[in-house]
Amino acid sequence: MSALTPKGNSTRKRILQIVGFGAFRAITGFVVAVLFGILFFIFHEGLPAMTWKFITSNPENGMTEGGIFPAIVGTGCLVLGSMLFAFPIGVMSGIWLNEYLKDGYLKRFINMMTNNLAGVPSVVFGLFGMALFVNQLKFGDSILAGSLTLGLLALPVIIRTTEEALKSVDDSYRIASLALGASQWQTVSKVVLPVAFPNIFTGLILSIGRVSGETAPILFTVAAYFLPKLPHSIFDQVMALPYHLYVISTSGTDIEKSRVIAYGTALVLICIVLASNILAGFIRRYYTKKNKT
Amino acid sequence: MQVNRFLKNLKEKIIEGILTLSGTITSIAVILIIIFLFKEGIGVFNQAPMEKELILAVNKDNHVKELTPRQIKDIFDGKIAMWSELGGSKDSIKLFRTEDVSTYFTEEELGANFEHLPQKINEYIAREKNVLAFFNKKYITKGFSGRIIPLKKIGVMDFLLDNEWFPTAQPVAQLGVLPLILGTLWVTLLAILLALPLGLATAIYMAEIASPKIRSILKPTIELLAGIPSVVYGFFGLVVLVPFIQRVFNVPVGETGLAGSIVLAIMALPTIITISEDSLRTAPRQLKEASLALGASHWQTIWRVIVPYSSSGITAAIILGVGRAIGETMAVLMVTGNAAVIPHSYLAPLRTIPATIAAELGEASYGGLHFKALFALGCILFIMTFIINLIFEFIVKPKKH
Repeated sequence: MSALTPKGNSTRKRILQIVGFGAFRAITGFVVAVLFGILFFIFHEGLPAMTWKFITSNPENGMTEGGIFPAIVGTGCLVLGSMLFAFPIGVMSGIWLNEYLKDGYLKRFINMMTNNLAGVPSVVFGLFGMALFVNQLKFGDSILAGSLTLGLLALPVIIRTTEEALKSVDDSYRIASLALGASQWQTVSKVVLPVAFPNIFTGLILSIGRVSGETAPILFTVAAYFLPKLPHSIFDQVMALPYHLYVISTSGTDIEKSRVIAYGTALVLICIVLASNILAGFIRRYYTKKNKT
Repeated sequence: MQVNRFLKNLKEKIIEGILTLSGTITSIAVILIIIFLFKEGIGVFNQAPMEKELILAVNKDNHVKELTPRQIKDIFDGKIAMWSELGGSKDSIKLFRTEDVSTYFTEEELGANFEHLPQKINEYIAREKNVLAFFNKKYITKGFSGRIIPLKKIGVMDFLLDNEWFPTAQPVAQLGVLPLILGTLWVTLLAILLALPLGLATAIYMAEIASPKIRSILKPTIELLAGIPSVVYGFFGLVVLVPFIQRVFNVPVGETGLAGSIVLAIMALPTIITISEDSLRTAPRQLKEASLALGASHWQTIWRVIVPYSSSGITAAIILGVGRAIGETMAVLMVTGNAAVIPHSYLAPLRTIPATIAAELGEASYGGLHFKALFALGCILFIMTFIINLIFEFIVKPKKH
C-alpha cells in the first residue's frame, strides 16, 4: 500500500502514521503473545504428563495419579451420541428450511428461533436437560440424557451450517437441473448436496470439537466425579474430560498433587479441539482445490 | 412408464414428508424448550419464598397480619426482637423451631417416636402469646388454635431488585437476583472494555497493515483459539491469573471480578478480532484509493474511511462478544470466587448468573423453590441473550446490505 501513499505529505502526518502503525504492531504482538502464551503454557506443563499410561489407565489414589482413560471414553461416547442425534436431524432440517420451505413468515420465524437458540448459553441447556431428560423422562444421570442435551446444543449450529452451505450453491445449478427434468429431490441429492457437502461436513467436525469441550451441559446430566469403569449401556454415567478437568482443579482430593493430571487433561482437550479444527480446515481446502480444477 | 412415474412421485413425496417432519419436529422442539424454561421459571412467582410443606404460625391473639420475607429473616437473625417493630404488641418475640424442640419439651412429653409432637406444638402456641413458630405442616392437629401467617407470593420486582441471594436460607429463602445481575454486567462490561481496543487494533493490523503472509498465518490460528473449551481458559485463569492478581494487588483472595473479566476478555478476543477483521476487509477498494488519492495518509484513511465504513460489522463483533461473555459459565465459575454480594470493587469476589446456576443446581431438589428460582435465572439469561440477538438481527444485519 505504501506505493500508493503520495509523497510530500507533511512530516507530522507521516510521524503520526509511523507511531500509530507501531502501536498497532505492538498491540497485535501483545494479543498474540497472550493467546499463544496460554497454549504454550498448557503444552509446556502438560507434555510431561502425556504418557501412554496416562491415556490408557484409570485414575488412582483419589485422582492424584494414574490416567484419564475413562474420561476419554466418556467424552467419546457423548460426542458420538450427540452427533448421532443432532447431525441427521440438523442436516435434514437444514435441507427442508433451505430447499423446500418457501420464503415467508414461517421461515423467518423458524430461522430467528434457531439463531436465538444458537446464542443461548450452554448452562441453560444443562438446566433444561436436567429437568426434562434426567427428571421428567427419568433417564437419570446417563449417557442418553447427556447426549440429548449436547445434541440440542449442537442442533441449531448444524442447521445453520447446513443452510449456509446450501445457500452458497449457486441457483443456476438448481435451475439447470430442474430444467433437465430432474425432480426436486433428484436436484437436491445429486446436484446441490454434493457441492455443499464439504461445508456441511466441516460443520460436523467443528461441532465435534465444540461438543467435546462443553462442561456446563453435562454437569447435571451425565458427568460422574469418579467412576473408574467403562459404561455398559446408554443409561450409565460416565466421566468426561472437561468435567474431569473442572473437578480436579477446583475440588479434587488433593488439588496440588493432581495439578499434573489437570495439565495433562487440559492438553488432551486442546489437542481434540485443535485436531478437529485442523482437519476441518484441511477438508475445506482439499475440496476447494478439487472444485476449482 | 406410468408405474415408474408414480413410484418416482411417491418417493419424492415420502422424502419431502420426512424432511418436513424433521424440520417441523426441530422447530417444535425449539419452541417447547423455550416454553418449558419459562413455565418452570415463572413457577417461582406462584409460591411464597418458603418450601411448601413449612409454615409460620402465631398465637391467635397476635395482631400482626403479615410478614415480609426480609422481616422474617431479620427476626430469625435476631435483628428484630420486639413485636412492636412489626406493628404488634410491646412484647419480645419468642421463637419456636422444631430443630431445637428438645429445649421446650422433655423426651417423655414427646413420646418415643415424637408422636405427641403435633399436640405439644399446638399447646405451646396456644399458651405462649408472643410465639412465632416455624414447623412442618404435617404437625398441625385438628383443633389447631394458632393462626398461620400468610406469606406473600414472591413478586417479580422483589425478585429482580432485592439485594440478597440466599436461596437455601431457613425459614425463608432470600431470592434477590440483583447482585447476580450486577455481577454478570460488571464482569461483562470490563471484559469488553479490555477486549475491544486490543481486538480492534489487532483486526486493523491484520486487515490493513500486516503483509498477506503474516495475515494468512495469524487469521486461521486466531480462529482456532476461539474453539478452545472454556474450562481450559478457566483452568488457566485459576493456576496463573488468580495467584498473579493476589500477589500484584495484594488482596486476600485472587478469585475476583477482575480475574473473571480478564479471562472473559481473552475468550472474547478471537471472536472480536475475526468478525471485525472480516468486516474491515469488505471496505471497497475504490473508497480507499479515493481517500489516498486525495492526499490522506494510510493512517488517516484507516480512521476516517475504513473504520467508519465497517462500523456495523464492528458493532456486530462487540454484540457477539458481549453475548458470549454474558453466558460464559465454567471459566467465570472457576475464577470469580462466587460471592453473591453486590459488587463494589473489581478486586472482590463476585458472582454471575450462569455461574450461580452451575454452582447451585446440584444441591437444589427437583421441583423445589430453589430449583424454580434457578430456572428463573435461566429465563433472565435467556431474555438477555434474546435481546442481544434481536439487536443483532434488526440493527446490525440490515445495515450490512
